[in-house]
Amino acid sequence: MRYAETGFNLEVDLTRGNIERVPTDPRLTELHLGGLGTNARMMWDRVPPETDPFSPQNLLIFGTGLLTGTPAPACNRTIVTTISPQTKLFAFSMMGGFFGPELKHAGYDKIVIRGKSPELVYLWITDGKVEIRPAGHLQGLGTLESAEVIRQELGEPHAAVASIGLAGENKVWFASIEQGRSSASRMGCGAIMGDKNLKAIAVRGSGDLDVARPAEFIRLCNEALKYIEHRNAHPIEGVMPIVAGLGSPQEMAVHDEKWHTENFVWGNARVRRKDFWQPEVAQKWTETMERMRTRLLSCHNCPLKCGAAISVDTRLCSYMMKCFSKLTYTMGAFSDLDFGLRIAQKATEHGVDAFTCPQTMAFAVELYEDGILTDADMPGFPQKSEDRFYWLLDKIVRREGIGDVLADGTYWAGQRIGKGADKYAHNCIRKTEQLPLKLGMLNPIYFLMYCTGEKASITQIEGNFPQAPFETKEESAAFVEDWPHVPDDRYKQWFLEWELRGEKSIPSYPPIDATCEIVNWQEMMHYIDDSIGICAGLSSFPLKPPFHIHNLPELISAGSGLQLDEAALVKLTRRNRNLVRANNLRRGLTRADEKPPEDHWKKRFPELEKKLLDGYYEFKGWNSDGVPTRETLCELGLDYVADDLERRGILKATP
Amino acid sequence: MKTEKTVKTIKIDVDKCNGCRACEVVCSAFHAQPRYSSVNPARARIRVIRDPLADIFVPVYAGEYTAAECAGRDRYTIDGKQYEECAFCRSVCPSRDLFKEPDSGLPLKCDMCESDPTLQEPLCVTWCLADALVYEERTALAEKAPAPADVDVGLEALANEHGWAKVLDAVTRMSVKMGRES
Ligand code: SF4
Ligand code: SF4
Ligand code: SF4
Repeated sequence: MRYAETGFNLEVDLTRGNIERVPTDPRLTELHLGGLGTNARMMWDRVPPETDPFSPQNLLIFGTGLLTGTPAPACNRTIVTTISPQTKLFAFSMMGGFFGPELKHAGYDKIVIRGKSPELVYLWITDGKVEIRPAGHLQGLGTLESAEVIRQELGEPHAAVASIGLAGENKVWFASIEQGRSSASRMGCGAIMGDKNLKAIAVRGSGDLDVARPAEFIRLCNEALKYIEHRNAHPIEGVMPIVAGLGSPQEMAVHDEKWHTENFVWGNARVRRKDFWQPEVAQKWTETMERMRTRLLSCHNCPLKCGAAISVDTRLCSYMMKCFSKLTYTMGAFSDLDFGLRIAQKATEHGVDAFTCPQTMAFAVELYEDGILTDADMPGFPQKSEDRFYWLLDKIVRREGIGDVLADGTYWAGQRIGKGADKYAHNCIRKTEQLPLKLGMLNPIYFLMYCTGEKASITQIEGNFPQAPFETKEESAAFVEDWPHVPDDRYKQWFLEWELRGEKSIPSYPPIDATCEIVNWQEMMHYIDDSIGICAGLSSFPLKPPFHIHNLPELISAGSGLQLDEAALVKLTRRNRNLVRANNLRRGLTRADEKPPEDHWKKRFPELEKKLLDGYYEFKGWNSDGVPTRETLCELGLDYVADDLERRGILKATP
Repeated sequence: MKTEKTVKTIKIDVDKCNGCRACEVVCSAFHAQPRYSSVNPARARIRVIRDPLADIFVPVYAGEYTAAECAGRDRYTIDGKQYEECAFCRSVCPSRDLFKEPDSGLPLKCDMCESDPTLQEPLCVTWCLADALVYEERTALAEKAPAPADVDVGLEALANEHGWAKVLDAVTRMSVKMGRES
């Protein structure tokens, strides 16, 4: 008997049109839980490092987390894994919404896609039945439009549909997979789906999902709900409203954008507008949001409401949005919220990543202004900023003209354009565009997170430790009072002593050993979430979440029947972390790739930075190249990884 | 004549529902055997009709089983939003799949989470932190059973129409059946 998971994967070979329901090995659950963990194992076992992202051998995995679909609040994540066209590395992009639980109820833990279909198709998965259906009639349709057509032709108004738009069909390297309330946007998973000629996956299920120890499990769920109610009533004081509560940043609910618009940078991640947030702007943007936002929305079985349905105007289909995508187009184009929400509707239909796409368009505008791209490259390029963005979006998703170059993202476009264009791609880590943020003083915690976060975004490694010290000692003391989330009391002490100015402030505080622990803790929480399928919004991302390292072992055990205590969960998570890293090392990741954008901070400290990275590698049990030592790998039962890395000369054999 | 009885009401505010399905999840878990041992919204006694892009979110409770579907159908438009056919109906009806056990097809019915000991409020309400579902108990006056004299009058009317033999026959038959059922 399997608990929390179904014990079956759906293997689809699109080249041959072959579909198989494959039982999974319960030992893999014991070793890696599910989601990201078992995805990483599958990529390691089945996708050799020579595999090109666009090769039929590349897999596209939709892996639900181990607890996805159980009654635990916000356990709804599907982790999409493939080799990224943009980074050529192991990609994992998480989506919430309703897809994962439907897949479990339909009887599968993962969908594993390989090969390429000779023509455009979509997949329909329901209890005991899987069909590959022609999708020629959906070619060129938007992500939401195709989802709607599919639901209608199947007569299944409640099927969850994950689909690609023009961007995915045309293999734009930052194409997303859209799923209505959520999307897998980062690292170009949509391009791989398009390359496989798979337009969409629709799923609906009505099978039972069992939990191992029902009474205990539901008690933990009820406790979490109680705590969520408590947190909703008690936002954290002394931090910005968007991060004072639970969930992802409450961009859809909160109108005050002073912090983002004045601290984040505009255009091609360059221009800081310090007095931007004037009362007229606030009033206009608030009015825009209230006019276009029809309702705040949750994901499956979650009491938070991080998303919103946006209705641009009655003629256009509305769409769903969350988080900072609210502002990326607006700020990229130096425009206003009305424009940002309008173009985001088109961009969502086309299916593009809302960080990389506007950044790439702003990059093109800057190159044009500086004469590196000319009218010869961009015939008919409009004058007005907003028109330019629509023009560029259209070219990119069709890969027409200059759009074909830009569709690879700023890093690769910079290389292809030449003439110094690569200098304009200044906001990437590992060839992926980052949040548009440029700051003054190096922050050691963020330095390590930017360097070593193997996910695409800082938001997917940061979280439970406050981003900055509070103004006063009293506030800090009050904060640590009810902070049982920390692994141990040292974290409270580090926070208490942290100061905004003076001796115990950044960059020299927290000290290196404390910095390593803080970073490691935050990262660990994300890796746990991504393996069990809990949304970071109730666990690794916000301050003081309902789920943490002390109650998750019990939740996972009661749900799945595994016997996990805290030490075992920490170890298992280290195993998953090292396996993700090994996948990337094997594909060429090196220490040289582990650095933040050069201009991320004005004040840099090369010596300190080197010490930090050395210290963190050592803390992680990695050698000075950032490769896990044999000892580390063997302790985690990853001997086969050590053997492989040695064979490839990535890990020097220890005599 | 009136007597007091408790009326249990769940007030549904469709404007507050955001389609999270927590109500479906917990209802199906609560009714699993053993309790909470599995989850399956298809077995829930509440289902949420949701069409986010049309801004439609309607939690519907499972009501009575009916052997025959309605002769006609209704389709509501409210505030310009067109709801699906029979959207607000609670019946377990042959015309649709709603509120039927997935494997056996047996009808499901909301029992207000009847259990021993009694819960403070139905679970779908507790789990709906959006407050789209709010529980309310009130006492209402109900018609008291008619006095025996009134029954005599009724029976006499029946006898006049069908003859005493038939009426006695029916009473005997019904009392046997009731004895079997109780
Ligand atoms: S916290 Fe927000 S993003 Fe996360 S599952 Fe809940 S509604 Fe979705
Ligand atoms: S729990 Fe409440 S908000 Fe969620 S779907 Fe049910 S009624 Fe709607
Ligand atoms: S009241 Fe109880 S039985 Fe009825 S729908 Fe709600 S949870 Fe289910």
